Amino acid sequence: MSNWLYLHLRAIAQASGRLARQPLGTLLSALVMGIALSLPAGGYLLLDNVASMARGVSGTPEISVFMDAAAAAEDAAAIEKRLRADPQLASFRFVPRDEALKQLAAGGLGDVLGGLESNPLPDAFVVTLRTGDPEVFDTLAAQMRAWPKVAHVQLDSGWVKRLHALLALGRSAVVMLAALLGFALVIVTFNTIRLQIMTQRNEIEVSRLLGATDPFIRRPFYWFGSLQGMLGGLVALGAVWLGVMGLSAPVAALAETYGAVFALSGPQWPESVAIVLFAAFLGWLGAEISVRRHLAGT
Amino acid sequence: MIVFEDVAKRYAGGYTALAGVSFEIRHGELVVLSGHSGAGKSTLLKLIPAIERPSAGAVRINGEDVSRLPRRAIPYLRRNLGLVLQESRLLFDRSVFDNVMLPLAITGHPPGDAARRVAAALERVGLEGRGKEMPAGLSGGEQQRVAIARAIVNRPSVLLADEPTAHLDPASAAGIANLFKSFNGAGVTVLVSTHDASLFATSAPRRLTLVKGLLSEDA
Repeated sequence: MSNWLYLHLRAIAQASGRLARQPLGTLLSALVMGIALSLPAGGYLLLDNVASMARGVSGTPEISVFMDAAAAAEDAAAIEKRLRADPQLASFRFVPRDEALKQLAAGGLGDVLGGLESNPLPDAFVVTLRTGDPEVFDTLAAQMRAWPKVAHVQLDSGWVKRLHALLALGRSAVVMLAALLGFALVIVTFNTIRLQIMTQRNEIEVSRLLGATDPFIRRPFYWFGSLQGMLGGLVALGAVWLGVMGLSAPVAALAETYGAVFALSGPQWPESVAIVLFAAFLGWLGAEISVRRHLAGT
Repeated sequence: MIVFEDVAKRYAGGYTALAGVSFEIRHGELVVLSGHSGAGKSTLLKLIPAIERPSAGAVRINGEDVSRLPRRAIPYLRRNLGLVLQESRLLFDRSVFDNVMLPLAITGHPPGDAARRVAAALERVGLEGRGKEMPAGLSGGEQQRVAIARAIVNRPSVLLADEPTAHLDPASAAGIANLFKSFNGAGVTVLVSTHDASLFATSAPRRLTLVKGLLSEDA
């Protein structure tokens, strides 16, 4: 174990030394990787912020359950019992037909409603769900439509569906962008390691003559790729934070025009660690492919 | 200890470097391998650490046929052999100390113990206190001494040297030859190829002579 650790520490020191000996090349590679990674990372963060902003602006989606005009108080009580028993509901409130009429009249339709002989509005329940998932909304609405004395069920989830569709589209775009740029980063590392192998061919050959195993030869290159990827990940994080700081004030001003208070949030610890580890993985992958391709013949 | 059994080596294109070579080297022997350029000395030496594989026959070390070793086992074979090549093959961007340290780094020796071994190896070849120097600042003879220190730092039981005195002036060459003799005196089996066998004449070693890939003399 200690020998394994020593060999890895030695490989890390060797890889760090190689990075430090060519500061300009290291900086340029880290910038290329970082800028490329900042695009999908920033996109992901943007979508996350959009989702949270939309929730803040539009409130929680609801389902309105309208009773049959001929429904009696016992029918409404039966519906209330069913709603109370459903664990998927966050809350619900009963809107009696008289109260609905009053609300409508208060909304400026008093003159029109005054001409009516009787109240045309039904009793209703306004239901709030624990989830924003449109599929759950659809399923519950379908169940409610089948309940006795329910005349109509109206989903207030149109915007939820549109938002989910937009976010899904955005996420797909971010994943595609990440895959494309990730591939580019693998190529960048592949080429860097190829050059490293070419310049160290003599050392590799001598080491092999002295009894170096394949893992001993390859280890510093793996660490080189991973460390370079990590540096790229840190640059990406920096770029994302710069973007967050630059856009915070304009976004807050925009939200204010909609009557909302909103502040852009940057990547949290788990996301930051994930970005750096993902970048390190891409670096390792590029090194792995390059090492397999270029060290096979030595 | 080292046994060649009817060993042949043919290269692509039909060139035959060795043809039906058989001999045995016992533990603790000093054997000089002589012959003209192209006689097959380097090829023969490369067969022992499996740098080359024979086209026919077997090369055995302590009974094991190294010519049939799987690729992954070869590094462990080489760690038990000290290898000195015609060109010193030093790493010129590393210090003398780091060059000699390389075999110990490969085997994962603890740094403290490794440093002591490197210092002892440098002292053994007459380069004590010069670990911080860079190889480019050394003479040809000194570079070859560094290569020898690198070969012995792992305390191998067999030392193989391919023309270690080539390109050296007579005094340096004699110094290098004396080093090999002293290692042999300490119990190390030494097989050294040279076109100037007289360098080792005073210790009256066994002499193998190759002529066009054939063993013409074993005396």
